Amino acid sequence: MDIPLFHLDWLNNRMLIAIIATLHALINHSLAVGFMPLVTWLENKGVVNSNPHEITDPKWDKMVYKMMWTAFIITTTIGAMTGVGIWFSVSLVSPNSIASLIRVFYFAWFVEWLVFVTEVVLILIYFLTWKNANKTLKAKTRHIKFGWYLSVFSWVTMAIIVSILGFMMDPGNWNNEQSLINGFTNPLYLPQLLYRTPLAMVLAGTLGLFLVSVFTNKGDTIRIKAFRYIGKWILCWLPFAVAGAVYYFNVIPKTMLANLQVAIGTQSFQQWYDIMWKVIVGSSIIILITAIITVWKPQIMKSYFLAITLVFALGFMGLFERVREFIRKPYIISEYMYSNLLREEDYPLYKKDGILKWATYNSTPTVTNENKVEAGRNVFMLACSRCHTTQGINSITYVFDRMYGNTGKPFKEDMMKSYIKNMHKSREYMPPFPGNDLELDALVAYIKQLQVTNEVLEGAQEVGVAINKDQSVEAFKSQFANKETQNESQNNLVKK
Amino acid sequence: MLLLQTSIPVPKDIPLPFPAPEWFLVTILIISFLVHIVFVNLMLGGSLLTLWCQIKGIKNKEYDTLAHEIAKTITVNKSLAVVMGIAPLLTINTLYTVFFYTANSLTGLMWIAIIPLVTVAFLLTYLHKYTWNTFSNNKPIHILIIAFACIIFMIIPLVFFTNVNLMLFPEKWGTIKGFMSALLLPNVFPRYLHFIFASLAVTGLFLFWYVGRKNYDFESIFNQLTRYEVKKKAYSLVLAASVSQFIIGPIVLLTLPSKGLGWNLILVIFTGAIISLPAIFYMYKAIVGKPENINKNFKIVVICLTITVVFMGSGRHIYRANALNPHIKMISEKTQSFIKESEIARQESAKPQTAVSDKTDSNKGLEIFEQNCAACHAKDEKVVGPPIREMQTIYSNNPSGLKAWIKAPGKKREGYPQMPAFANKLSDSELNQLSNYILTIK
Repeated sequence: MDIPLFHLDWLNNRMLIAIIATLHALINHSLAVGFMPLVTWLENKGVVNSNPHEITDPKWDKMVYKMMWTAFIITTTIGAMTGVGIWFSVSLVSPNSIASLIRVFYFAWFVEWLVFVTEVVLILIYFLTWKNANKTLKAKTRHIKFGWYLSVFSWVTMAIIVSILGFMMDPGNWNNEQSLINGFTNPLYLPQLLYRTPLAMVLAGTLGLFLVSVFTNKGDTIRIKAFRYIGKWILCWLPFAVAGAVYYFNVIPKTMLANLQVAIGTQSFQQWYDIMWKVIVGSSIIILITAIITVWKPQIMKSYFLAITLVFALGFMGLFERVREFIRKPYIISEYMYSNLLREEDYPLYKKDGILKWATYNSTPTVTNENKVEAGRNVFMLACSRCHTTQGINSITYVFDRMYGNTGKPFKEDMMKSYIKNMHKSREYMPPFPGNDLELDALVAYIKQLQVTNEVLEGAQEVGVAINKDQSVEAFKSQFANKETQNESQNNLVKK
Repeated sequence: MLLLQTSIPVPKDIPLPFPAPEWFLVTILIISFLVHIVFVNLMLGGSLLTLWCQIKGIKNKEYDTLAHEIAKTITVNKSLAVVMGIAPLLTINTLYTVFFYTANSLTGLMWIAIIPLVTVAFLLTYLHKYTWNTFSNNKPIHILIIAFACIIFMIIPLVFFTNVNLMLFPEKWGTIKGFMSALLLPNVFPRYLHFIFASLAVTGLFLFWYVGRKNYDFESIFNQLTRYEVKKKAYSLVLAASVSQFIIGPIVLLTLPSKGLGWNLILVIFTGAIISLPAIFYMYKAIVGKPENINKNFKIVVICLTITVVFMGSGRHIYRANALNPHIKMISEKTQSFIKESEIARQESAKPQTAVSDKTDSNKGLEIFEQNCAACHAKDEKVVGPPIREMQTIYSNNPSGLKAWIKAPGKKREGYPQMPAFANKLSDSELNQLSNYILTIK
């Protein structure tokens, strides 16, 4: 598919998605999937532990309400909008992959939407009827029931989206069978769900502890009681979260695990790999300590320590998301579409004719001596710009210079050419270079120019697009006319 | 002649079939979009009305209370507006993939700015709602909060209109340089005005219903204002907005580029307009009539206006289909021919090349080296990794040592990046051939 390419030359296109998506996943897990059952459970505790003449313990109920208020405000603003933001940013940065997935997974997303509508309606009912429900026991019981319904739908929303995430990473799936069921039966589905569910509960617990410390005063009896309950909640879920993380890592297909090592942090992967495990082990231990203290000695627990725990818990998940995003390289849809948005099966055609000829939006369909650098810029936009910038994060001059030892010396053309031609063999996260030799020359010339000029590559959102004459209506018409005349002459021959 | 120089692109489409029959997707798109837009109308109209009532409330406390009552509905309607937007977004992505994504890209910065802008506007509406008492002595600040939200809510539809307008005109794509130039295409502003007035009408109708509900305890909330007064004002708003549409509507139609106009479109739009006439008549009668008759015919008004909205929504789709169908046809032919070309190239490249088996070990070693190592290692000088001469000194007469390193390299020194492991990429015999070859390079 040909779309004018949006490009952020400083932030990096992938980073745009990563920021929005990570924020969304963190909010979704800690404030929806995990938080709704926690809040409902705590609301119920208020009813169970109240005096016989009361419907619920009013002080306790007010605290739980404030927790829910926080969740409601954040999920219905930042949470909801970052969810839409994932769509927006992916359709800008990676239109071909999301469009392909939608063609296959339309109904998965449609069902997801129906569940999501239900979730939103339930959260509105649950939150907005809270105070009215405190008037009678019957209303309160029904209100708690709504809390449980909401919890179920929050979880189902996640359970569906995980199938699509799993599908994208499962090698070979795309070429065999493209269906919704495939998303649920792929080998990564269950492990991912088994990891995300308890993790969400743990995240919600750490966040819950922090909010309790904000909404209550030191020494309050409800504070101590709440700490104990939530501490136990975390202790229940933490072992499952850790086990889920280990399980998930073990079933990631072997090819991907091989990538994994090179993928995390690219060159200095070993450091990254170690950091990831350190953060996971470290944050699990901190969460464990926090939970134990809140259960056994809730009086000594301090807000700032809870805030630190929360940061570590979010880091636990953030790193995992980063890894998940990296391990599918060099593909964006496993064994179907590379991360440069070109389909693997079209490579022979591009190798033969060049990518420029077939790209609708570029100013140089063929490379000449005069347009070499401009053509190189167009090749860069088509083949590299989804992951690399020219001047910003993961810039092309930076990665080459780093590879050649951070010398800052001018790059050597021949070396770059032979590297780019074979890079996918030694750097498995890189897709093969798609173009022909002339285009490779042009690309290298452009990169060498970048090294000395610091020029900026502007995306279609700023400078618009040039239209390839070979892919315009005029060219289409003349092709069509040729076909017609050919057909006619053939018909005439037959008649004769 | 200069103007004619930008040609019209015929891009390729996604080479995958639609997930459902087209008529099904179109139906989903029209219906789900209308549901979405009604809530957007209520969100925008509600905010504007709140602002207006609150300003009026500086002098008359009753209007401040009314503002508060309307404000409470915004935060609910805005949540539904977002969630209801997902289905039409998904469906327009499916049906008009190339067109929609192209418009998104060409206006990319404003398009993605929708996310932070709407988030801020939503947070402002909550801030406004939950600080009613906090700012009771600081009304100007409180009013400023909702005013900011209103400004953002007014900007967002403009971005959407620019996009859905731009997607209709592939002939303009080559001339667009950023959001502003797309915004200035004809027809964006008339359609925008059409939408703003529709928002006011829908919100008026909603307010009429909202204050008239049986379990809405109007009398305990308001001291002087009566249900009748509020309802009459709500109806007046709907009436004024609807009548204005009879002026704005024709302007929209006249500024539409002619390529999508057709008798089918005119027929649908005029039918829709005519169906709204009874609603206008009944509202007028209710406003000038006796207070006890104000509720009479409310259902008919709602039904007529709903049908009008459905007709207008369908008209919108008919225009889109009329305008884009020729281009869609070209794109699909183009996509087919691309698939064919790609297939041919694939078959050609799959043809067996020179036989591999009769190569000597050292030839194979060379081949493996060229494909896997040459990018980073040269004979005499450092490229990415150390030169071959160095390997030969370290591993002279020790091919198995070199092989072990290639299989699982350690990290040796500063200034060199980590070498990837080849244990999974090359077979044992390939590794042998390679190590032997490296040590024999002269």
